[in-house]
Amino acid sequence: MPPPKRILAIASGGGHFVQLLRLRPAWQGHDVTYATVHAASASDVAPARLLTFRDVSRADWWRLPLALWDIAGILLRVRPQVIITTGALPPLLALALARPFGVRTLWVDSIANSEVLSGSGRHAAKVATQVITQWRDLAISPVDHWGSVL
Amino acid sequence: MMPFDRLVRAMDEWARENPQVPVEIQIGRGRYEPRHARCVRLIPVVEYRARVAAASLFVAHAGMGSIIAAIEAGKPLLMLPRLQAEGEHNTDHQLATARSIGARPGLHIAADAADLKRQASALLSDSGAPPAPIARFADSGFTNRIRTFIEAA
Repeated sequence: MPPPKRILAIASGGGHFVQLLRLRPAWQGHDVTYATVHAASASDVAPARLLTFRDVSRADWWRLPLALWDIAGILLRVRPQVIITTGALPPLLALALARPFGVRTLWVDSIANSEVLSGSGRHAAKVATQVITQWRDLAISPVDHWGSVL
Repeated sequence: MMPFDRLVRAMDEWARENPQVPVEIQIGRGRYEPRHARCVRLIPVVEYRARVAAASLFVAHAGMGSIIAAIEAGKPLLMLPRLQAEGEHNTDHQLATARSIGARPGLHIAADAADLKRQASALLSDSGAPPAPIARFADSGFTNRIRTFIEAA
């Protein structure tokens, strides 16, 4: 067993966070902190720590500074060695902010995006260590396909 | 999440036509407030899962949170995909989700509000086969590859 890594497992609310929860065996035994938009999700991940951030999407882009502030604070508190996310926009900010610090980052594009990669996923391809799709047909290099949450 | 008044209005109308059936709608930031169904803005996640498990019929948008909640609860799900043109989402990906995942047993897709109301009545009298049960976590082949990625750090 290698020494445990500090991991940030981060996702927006709803389906993004539910997909993240289905991947939990991947980091079992490591030092994981979760981050999402609803504090009530803490009961899903206890005893692991859960931090929250204010959500933003293309529909309410003016909230971007709030989300950016929260995400920066989360990165400073957790100082992750690895970030795993299932989307959407705020976690993309986390990947972009962490990039200069050599953090290893994985973008798992939502299974909802079965015909084209998500907009955030296309941006993630520029900042993440690795982007994976949950649909085999969408795995066009450098985007890879490792499986799906369902 | 963006408002989805088309779904709320349709199920509120359905509630008016079916007063013997208690209907509760989570409307989020929606503008239309139900007059016949019970209305709640946001149900905390643990309570939400309990509601899905206890409901006779689960109606939602074609979002993965709803789909996975229905599958995990073994509860049939009736979905109306959000449309970009109606200001219900940033893209039309819920149509793609409906096409790719909506064909699973126990998942039902409505074409529009009228179809949603019709299928709600039909499913309530005979909900058909529930979604096939699934494991609590993703396939280990998938999570093991993510573990390999993590441990290479």
